[in-house]
Amino acid sequence: MVEPSPLWWWSMGWSSIWPALVAAALVTYFWRALGALVSGRLDPNGPIFEWVGCVAYALLAGLTVRMIVLPIGPLQATDLGCRLIATIAAIVTLRLTRNSIPLGVLAGVTVLIALTAAGVRFIP
Amino acid sequence: MIRGRGGQAGAGWRRGVREGLSTPGLVIFGSFMGFGSLVHGSGIGLVAGLASTLTCWALPGQIAMVELYGIGASLLVNALAVWLTNTRLMPMTIILLPQLRIGGGIGWRHYVAAYFVAITSWAVAMRRCPVLDEAERFPYFMGLAITLWGISCVATMVGFALAGRLPVAVTLGLVFLNPCYFMLLFASDLGSRARVLALVAGGILGPLLHLVDPDWGLLVTGVVGGTAAFLADRGWRRWEAGHG
Repeated sequence: MVEPSPLWWWSMGWSSIWPALVAAALVTYFWRALGALVSGRLDPNGPIFEWVGCVAYALLAGLTVRMIVLPIGPLQATDLGCRLIATIAAIVTLRLTRNSIPLGVLAGVTVLIALTAAGVRFIP
Repeated sequence: MIRGRGGQAGAGWRRGVREGLSTPGLVIFGSFMGFGSLVHGSGIGLVAGLASTLTCWALPGQIAMVELYGIGASLLVNALAVWLTNTRLMPMTIILLPQLRIGGGIGWRHYVAAYFVAITSWAVAMRRCPVLDEAERFPYFMGLAITLWGISCVATMVGFALAGRLPVAVTLGLVFLNPCYFMLLFASDLGSRARVLALVAGGILGPLLHLVDPDWGLLVTGVVGGTAAFLADRGWRRWEAGHG
């Protein structure tokens, strides 16, 4: 293996990433700008606005549950049963601590790490 | 106590920065460390990874961009995938901006605030804004979002530097922070009946439609789940009015 120069990680890398980067930045801001444009034309108390809110919350709930049930990345190595128990532990802690999100998150993460470290598997 | 607008703006900004440095900051740090480590593995280099966090600041799209680049997808395919992945930003921006009470019409400040709409900043601001003074809301959101944006950049670098060197348990914990946090944000502030219905419908449809089609699943979840919740809430309201 060739010893990399000390600053290799600061290098531009493969320069052909830049068009993809610029394109990603533009298409991402497109949705935000369109949202700003539309937002000014809608009545915040009207039914269309309410419908858009429902769509936004359904999207985010779908994304959140998907990240727990069907994760992509390192969480794939953990057991689904462990992830569900950790989530339940987080919600129960939230309720017991009068809606303390930090304590709930701490409980969820701790339970997931403990169960995974102990090698617990509910789904073979 | 009555303060001038300037005082309230300063107070709002400081409140936002403080909030950004607490739990939401930790969660976003964990998420962007994951992105930094992905950037390391992909070989695109730290500058490009950092540029992505600075100019996109929407994690799912950034991950799609790096992964598709890694498998040699064309520029058009890559841009289309990122475009599709980030559709959620539009409804999120539409419903957040009126909360911020920036002022009548649509001015440059709306477009600046829109740039900083991302899941974490949005979810926290949607929760907090209704209980803030109207004059504090826009500075609060900017303080919160710019803090989270800065933390994301630092985390991208830290994740890049530590890629492959962290114990597995720590990596898992950092990655799990994100969905666990959003679950609790929604669970602690259910809001109106329509919102509860939308959360439940989205939570059920999300994983199912992801199995059907990972590219379009989320978008269909939002539109179908959201529309079903909206109609169910209207129907319920009409029924209540008829039987009240």
